[in-house]
Amino acid sequence: MADIDSQNNTSQTQNSSASGEAAHGKTVTKLLLVVVGMFGFGFALVPLYEVFCEITGINGKTSDEAAVYEAVEIDTSRMVTVEFITRTNSGMPWEFSAQTKRVEVHPGQMAQVDFYVRNPVSRDIIAQAIPSVSPGTAALYINKTECFCFRHQPLKAGEEAIMPMTFYVDPQLPDSITFFTLQYTLYDITATADEAEVVALNNSLGR
Amino acid sequence: MSTVTDTANTPATDDAHGHDDHHHHIPKGLMRWLLTTNHKDIGTLYLWFAFIMFLVGGAMAMVIRAELFQPGLQIVEPNFFNQMTTVHGLIMVFGAVMPAFTGLANWLVPMMIGAPDMALPRMNNWSFWILPFAFLILLSSLFVEGGGPAFGWTFYAPLSTTYSGDSTALFVFSVHIMGISSIMGAINVIVTIFNMRAPGMTYMKMPLFVWTWLITAFLLIAVMPVLAGVVTMVLTDKYFGTSFFDAAGGGDPVLFQHIFWFFGHPEVYIMILPAFGIISHIVPTFSRKKLFGYASMVYATASIALLSFIVWAHHMFTTGMPVIAELFFMIATMIIAVPTGVKVFNWVATMWRGSISFEVPMLFAIAFIILFTVGGLSGLMLAIVPVDFQYHDTYFVVAHFHYVLVTGAIFSIMAAVYYWLPKWTGRMFDITLAKWHFWCSLISVNVLFFPMHFVGLAGMPRRIPDYALQFADFNKWISIGGFAFGLSQLIFLALVIKACRKKGEKVSSQVWDGAEGLEWEIPSPAPYHTFDTPPVVK
Amino acid sequence: MLALATTASERSDLNLRPGVTDISQQVYSLHMMMFFICVVIAVIVFGLMFYSMIRHRKSKGAKPANFHDNVKVEIAWTVVPFLILIGMAVPAANTLIAMEDVSKPDLTVLVTGSQWKWHYKYMDNDVEFFSIMATQQEQIQNKFTKGENYLLEVDRPLVIPTGQKVRFLITSDDVIHSWWVPDFAVKKDANPGFINEAWTNVNEPGVYRGQCAELCGKDHGFMPIVVIAKDPADYEAWIVEQEAIARRAAEEEQRLLAMSMSMEELMATGKRVHDSVCAACHMPNGEGLPGVFPAIKGSQIALEDQEAHIDIIVYGRAGTAMQSFARQLTMSEIAAVVTYQRNAWNNNTGDMVQAKDVNAIMNGN
Repeated sequence: MADIDSQNNTSQTQNSSASGEAAHGKTVTKLLLVVVGMFGFGFALVPLYEVFCEITGINGKTSDEAAVYEAVEIDTSRMVTVEFITRTNSGMPWEFSAQTKRVEVHPGQMAQVDFYVRNPVSRDIIAQAIPSVSPGTAALYINKTECFCFRHQPLKAGEEAIMPMTFYVDPQLPDSITFFTLQYTLYDITATADEAEVVALNNSLGR
Repeated sequence: MSTVTDTANTPATDDAHGHDDHHHHIPKGLMRWLLTTNHKDIGTLYLWFAFIMFLVGGAMAMVIRAELFQPGLQIVEPNFFNQMTTVHGLIMVFGAVMPAFTGLANWLVPMMIGAPDMALPRMNNWSFWILPFAFLILLSSLFVEGGGPAFGWTFYAPLSTTYSGDSTALFVFSVHIMGISSIMGAINVIVTIFNMRAPGMTYMKMPLFVWTWLITAFLLIAVMPVLAGVVTMVLTDKYFGTSFFDAAGGGDPVLFQHIFWFFGHPEVYIMILPAFGIISHIVPTFSRKKLFGYASMVYATASIALLSFIVWAHHMFTTGMPVIAELFFMIATMIIAVPTGVKVFNWVATMWRGSISFEVPMLFAIAFIILFTVGGLSGLMLAIVPVDFQYHDTYFVVAHFHYVLVTGAIFSIMAAVYYWLPKWTGRMFDITLAKWHFWCSLISVNVLFFPMHFVGLAGMPRRIPDYALQFADFNKWISIGGFAFGLSQLIFLALVIKACRKKGEKVSSQVWDGAEGLEWEIPSPAPYHTFDTPPVVK
Repeated sequence: MLALATTASERSDLNLRPGVTDISQQVYSLHMMMFFICVVIAVIVFGLMFYSMIRHRKSKGAKPANFHDNVKVEIAWTVVPFLILIGMAVPAANTLIAMEDVSKPDLTVLVTGSQWKWHYKYMDNDVEFFSIMATQQEQIQNKFTKGENYLLEVDRPLVIPTGQKVRFLITSDDVIHSWWVPDFAVKKDANPGFINEAWTNVNEPGVYRGQCAELCGKDHGFMPIVVIAKDPADYEAWIVEQEAIARRAAEEEQRLLAMSMSMEELMATGKRVHDSVCAACHMPNGEGLPGVFPAIKGSQIALEDQEAHIDIIVYGRAGTAMQSFARQLTMSEIAAVVTYQRNAWNNNTGDMVQAKDVNAIMNGN
C-alpha cells in the first residue's frame, strides 16, 4: 500500500487541539445536513414516485385530471378492447356497476361509459372512486375527458345516480396492447371529507 | 501494513494512570459504564448488548423452530408466531448485528488509525445508552394487550397501518430511537476517520476494516433517515389520518415497499461490508501473506455500496412492475456479483501460496468465505426475475439471507471477537472451548439452513406457523439444527465470560505472529488510553 | 447435492417443480441452468481454496510467497464473471418477456384476496364464489389425523379450462396478499385498490395447489389456493352448471325472505356460520383477541343497536379488518349469525333476526 498516495502525508490532520475540535464541528455539521436531507428525501420519494408512475405507468393509476380532447387522428386500423370492473371497499354499502362491461374502440375515438350507483342505506355518504389499469403501461394511454373519479361523489340516503366517464385511447398505444382492464374501487370517505362538503350534501335538494 | 516509527513517544507503552491530567481515575461499578466516554468501554458495552440481544432474538428463533418442528399448531398461536418472526428479525438486524459492528468499530477504529479515542466521545455515550431503551420499548410491546408488532420486520403497509395492533406506536418509537443511535454512531465513525488519522495514515493506507466501516457509515447516514421517514409515514397513516399508503386517499401500498427497500437494500450491505473488512484482516494474518489486491478491495466495497442504491426493487418483482423496470433491477442486481466476486477471489488469492495455519479466527473466516459465497450464489439466482417469481417469499429466500447474515455477518463478528479478544483482555481465550464452539456452530448452522433451500424450492412459503405434510421431514431437521446452533452459542457465552475473568495465558502485544497493523503495536491488554500522542505512519 | 438435479419428477421434495405450462417449464430450465452455473463456480472457487488450504499449510512447512497484486488476473476475474452474467441475463430476459404477454385472453378471472380467503369471479359468466380452506381446525389442533392435502385443500376450487389463455386479474380487499400456484409459475401480489395481472395456459388437466405468499396477518398460513384444470368441454359443462346453481341460490334466497326461522334454527345455523367465518378473528368464544380483534361477547354492538350489528356484517367497517360479508353469506345466514351473537356467551338479548330484517338494511325497504 505504501506505493499509493504517499505524497499526501502533509495533509493529515492532528488528533487533538482546538483546530481538531473545529474540524470535528465542521464535519458533523455537513453530515447532519446529509441526515436532514435524506430524511426529507424519504418524504420527497412520495411525490417523486407519483411523477415516476405518471411517466412509466408503473402502478397502473390513471391521471386524476381531465384530459383535453385533442383532435387526434382516429386509428381505424385496429381495435382496442377496454374492460371495466367495479368494486366497493369494506364498509362501503353502495351498489356500483358499469352499464357496459366492455367496449371496443379505435385508438383516438371518443367513448362514453355510464356507471350506476345507489346508496341503499339510511345515511348520506360521500364516495371517492380510485382507478387502476392493468397492464399498467396502458394507464399512460387512456385519456379521460370526464370522469366521476376526478371528484368526490355524494349521494343522500336511498338515492341513485348515473355517473358518466368519457375517454379516448391515445393512438400512441403500443401495438402489443389490444386489451386492457380499468377497475374502479369505491371508497366511503364521508368521515374524512371536508365539513363543507358534508353540509352541502345535507342541504342539497337531491336530484 | 503501516508501522509505528516513534514508539518511544507513544504513551501507549505507559501505564494507563496518571500520565496526563485528563486521565482521571476510572469510576468504578455501574457509574463507570453509565458515564463512560472511553471508546473501549463503549465498544465493550455495544458488544455485550449485541450478544444479549443475539441470545434474546435467538430464543425467539427457538420458539419459531419449536412450533415448526412438526405440522399442526402445538406451542404458540399464529398471532404470537407472527410476533416472534417480526421481533426476531428486528432484534437480530438492529439489536445484534448492527450494534456488534458498531462495538467493533468503537474498539478498533481509533486503535487502527492511531487516534486516542472517537472524535465525539460524549455523543458516543449517548448513542449507546439510548439503544437499550429502544429495545426495552420493543420488547415491552410484546406484553401489551394484542401483543407486539406482527407484520414482519419489513412492516409492509397496510398490514402495519390500518390492520395492525395497538402497539404499533411503540414499534415506531423504538425504530426511531434505533435509527438515531445508528446515525450518531455513523457520524462519530466518519468524523473520527476523517479528522483523527495519525500523521502519515493516508486513505489508501487505512486498514480495510476502517475503510469498510467508513463506507458503511456513509450508507447509514444516507438510509437510516429514510427508514425514519417511512416509519413516520406508517405512524401518521395509522393514527393521524394521512394516506401515504392507502388507495382510498390517493396513496399506494406499493409506495411503502419502494421507500422501505430504498432503505432496506443498503441496510443489508450495512450488515455485510464491515464483515468484508474483518475477513480481510484475518485471512492475511493466518496466511502470513499480504492481502491480495488491497486497492481493488477498496474499490469493490465502494462500488457495492453505490450499486446498493439502485437495486431495491429486486425485493418486489411480484408487486407488478413493467418489464423494463424488472429487467433494469435484475441486471443492476446481477452486476453486484462482480465486485463481490472480486472480494472472494482476492481472499482466495491471499491464501494461495501462503503459509496457512488454522487458528480459531481463521476457521471462522474460512467458514465465512465458503458459506457467504453459498449465500451470494443463491442471491444471484434470486436476481433472475422469472425464477424469482417461484422463489419469492419462500424458504429459499429465508435460506439465502440466513446464509448471508448468520454464516456471513455473525460468523465474521465471531471471527473478529476471537481475533481481537486477546488484545482486549491480554489473555488467550480457551482454545479448546473455541474449537468446540466453531465445529458445533458450523455443523448445526448447515443442518439448520441448508435444508431450507429444499423446502423453499419445493414450495413452502415463509412466515407461516404451520405447513403441508410434504415439508415435515426437512422441518424436523431444520429445527434440530436450530436448537443445536442455539445451544452452541452458550459455549461462546461461557468462553467470553471466562476470557473477561482474565483466565488464560498472557499474550504478547503481537498476539498472532502474522498480524500487522497499529493495534498490534500497543500492549495486550490494550491500555485504557492509547495513542495520546499520535504515532507516525510511514 | 447433484442428485437433486436429476429428480425432475412432478413434485419433488427437494427442487422446484417443472410445472404444467410452457412458461413454468421454461422457468424450471432457467432455474436448473442457474443452479448448475452456481455449482460450477462454487466447485472452482472452493476447489482452489481447499487446494491452497491443503498444500500451503504452515504445518507442512509452506513458506509464504510475496505477491499481493496482479493486474492481469484481476482484470480476468472481473471480466469473466461479467460475461457469465450476460449469459444468464439473456435467457432470463427472453422468458420474462414471454411471461408478460398481454394479448387477448380466452377467459378472465378476477381474483380477490381478503383476510384469509380468496374470491374468484368469472368475468364472462355469472359465476363468483369464495374459496376457503377446507382443512378442519381439529386437524390443525392435532386432534384428528392430518389428511393428505393438509392445509392445501379448499371448499370451492377455482376451475379453468386447459389449452386456453386464462388471465387472472388480481386485487385485494384489505392487506397485500400474493396469489401463487407453483405449477403455473404464477405469483402476483394482490394490492388493495390496484389490479395486477398474470396469465396461464395449462397443458394438462389436473389439480394444482398453491398458497398465499405474502404475510397477510394471523391466518396467512391458512389461505390455500386450489385450481382444477379441466378439458374445455368439461369446463363448459361445469360453468353452465355453476350458473344454474347461482340462479337457484338467488331464488332460494328470495323464498327464504318470506319465511321466518325458529330460534333453534337461527341459533344452530348461527353457530355454524360464526365458527366457520367469524371465529377466525372473534374466536369461537366471541372474546376476540384483545388489542387486535374486538370481542363480540358483551360488546355494545351485540347488546344494543341491532341495525348497526347487521350493518357491520353486511358492509364491514372501513379502516378496520372488519370486511363486508354480504357476498360471502346469504341473508338468512347473516340473520342467523346476528341472532347467535346476540344470544350466545351470556349476551342473552333475546333478539331474533330474520332474513327480511337483513334485506331491509341491504336494500333499504
